[in-house]
Amino acid sequence: MARIEVPMPQMGESIAEGTVSRWLKQVGDAVQRDEPLLEISTDKVDAEIPSPSGGVLVEIRVQEGATVEVGTVVAFVDTDATASAAPAPAAEPLASAPESPPPAPTMALVLELPPQPVDSESSSPAGGGDTAEERLRTRSTPVVRKIAQEAGVDLAEVAGSGHAGRVTKQDILGYIEAGRGKGAAPSEPPPPKTPALSSPPAPPPAASPGAPSDLWKAFYGQVQHPEFPVRPADRVEPMDKIRRLTAEHMVMAKRVAPHVHSFIEIDFTRVDQLRIAHKARWAQQGAKVSFTAFVAWACSRVLREFPTVNGTISGNNLLYRGNVNVGIAVDLDPGLIVPVIHDADELGLVGIAKRIADLADRARTRRLNPEEIQGATFSITNPGMLGTLVGMPIIPKGTSAILGTGVIEKRVVVVEDSLTGADAIAIRKRSLFSLGYDHRIVDGADAARFLARLKEVMESFPEDA
Amino acid sequence: MPEESLPHLEVRRLGRVPYGEALTLQEELVARRRAGEIPDQLLLLEHPPVITLGTSSRTHHVLLSSQALADRGIELFKVGRGGDVTYHGPGQLVGYPILALDPDRRDLHRYLRDLEETLIRALGAFGISGAREPGLTGVWVPEGKVAAIGVRVSSGWITSHGFALNVQPDLTHFQAIVPCGIHDRPVTSMGALLGRPLEVEEVVPGVVRAFQEVFRRKADVV
Repeated sequence: MARIEVPMPQMGESIAEGTVSRWLKQVGDAVQRDEPLLEISTDKVDAEIPSPSGGVLVEIRVQEGATVEVGTVVAFVDTDATASAAPAPAAEPLASAPESPPPAPTMALVLELPPQPVDSESSSPAGGGDTAEERLRTRSTPVVRKIAQEAGVDLAEVAGSGHAGRVTKQDILGYIEAGRGKGAAPSEPPPPKTPALSSPPAPPPAASPGAPSDLWKAFYGQVQHPEFPVRPADRVEPMDKIRRLTAEHMVMAKRVAPHVHSFIEIDFTRVDQLRIAHKARWAQQGAKVSFTAFVAWACSRVLREFPTVNGTISGNNLLYRGNVNVGIAVDLDPGLIVPVIHDADELGLVGIAKRIADLADRARTRRLNPEEIQGATFSITNPGMLGTLVGMPIIPKGTSAILGTGVIEKRVVVVEDSLTGADAIAIRKRSLFSLGYDHRIVDGADAARFLARLKEVMESFPEDA
Repeated sequence: MPEESLPHLEVRRLGRVPYGEALTLQEELVARRRAGEIPDQLLLLEHPPVITLGTSSRTHHVLLSSQALADRGIELFKVGRGGDVTYHGPGQLVGYPILALDPDRRDLHRYLRDLEETLIRALGAFGISGAREPGLTGVWVPEGKVAAIGVRVSSGWITSHGFALNVQPDLTHFQAIVPCGIHDRPVTSMGALLGRPLEVEEVVPGVVRAFQEVFRRKADVV
């Protein structure tokens, strides 16, 4: 039977990939030659892709929302299934493709694809007429050019393994990682599509003390999320930008930093007393001081005493941050964003409370400035807000610790009577705190000391904070 | 090439057209252009206030609730063109070219760059130096974005949708959205840049002239 491949067409010389935005036909549907089969989108442009032949759409390889390189097979059309059907309508003028291959295949060429299966390993015809240099310059995605520019790499030095000799993201990242002097091995196949977490321990970031931000940039786009078969009742939805960044960030953060979590229980009696005592005064100042504000204030003071907790590992160096910038996770439902209180240790309790309220409000209405979500040296997340006992959060990249705060609830505890010294049973508001820390830089005892100090500050919270 | 031999372009001045009607008209014209029944078209019009969501739109880039939008008399539309959220309204010259792209111009990026070139030339006639920003399709001046572009190419390389040039729209309406998903760059208009009132009518001839030059067409205004 004649199973014809439908490749992602080259819709422009500088267009290296396309996103399948919508399938206009489903598997089993009859299609006529030139009838729109699917829609693809690239930046600012949507385009309909016609079927290269009449027949039946027998397989969809690329789901809606997925982005694939030019030349990737997105579907198969079986031409025999309608062999007896009416002849395909006359091809439109555009089907008269030039005799010799143009620099880049266009939709016209897609229509002219030979009906025999194409070797899926071989890329589409290389661009005739282009010099290699032109190809390198023009046939790379903006992402690749950006990575090259930021790493100071001349794309002409990088051999491309992609379509028509194009430099792919894998090529440029491989080149950078291998060290530009040695030159990457561009002929190497791209990394297999395996789940990032199940692959053998990822090589640590190159030991060279390069700029840490470049290292992290290089990670982005390297995470391959494994794909799973879609069942009939399922719904498939592409990740939006926040979700994609979150997904990559979480995988890389967990891969790089060996996580350890330690827990401590905090008594909120003192904080509760202060909240009640000063509530009216704070309201006059236009502030509602939440429990999170107390925690952020306490952390910002304690962090100054624990430079490793307020630092990170960067290349072969320990990097101790000169500022205390506390990130506060804000639930956007769906999604999450972590606005940052810069120089939190210079703010009073009310100042921190106001800043948190402002950042959270603008986070929810998407009005944060880019710098307001950058530069955290430590983070706080509050799974307890929804009743959770406590969580074991992932440490954001470029930092060495994150505090999780659990639900604050009344618990029965054994206390010592301050007058008689006798044990007694009491009801106290308490909460479990967890500290997730990067065990490369923070030792267990350091974490324990940090938590003990935090407990001390929280339980004897200063009146004039 | 002598001017007589250039392909014809029908320029249609449609006045103020509700977004939905313009959408239907474009679909019809795309089909007729594909069938060879009509020459290339350039629709020039204005829309009543409307927010459109492209296929890559994020709904959170619309900052007001549908009720709040309705209160302001702003419609909301989800449409099949590239790009993110866009606002259209009176004072904005909207251009929808329905072209069968020439064989040597069947390149989506080339088409976007040609539209930008058209608008940059049209702005130049008013002494405004519009420019491209790498990675941010549209026309920009240091004060912000002055024209937005979002297009669709249908089977047979027939174009639809197009550009929106801010002649002198109510810029406060843009506060309802994050234009094109770009947070930190403001939107501006020709009127704001020139510091004087400007009618859409004044800009049309320059846009038509630039369009003819860039796309090598001979325009008949119908």
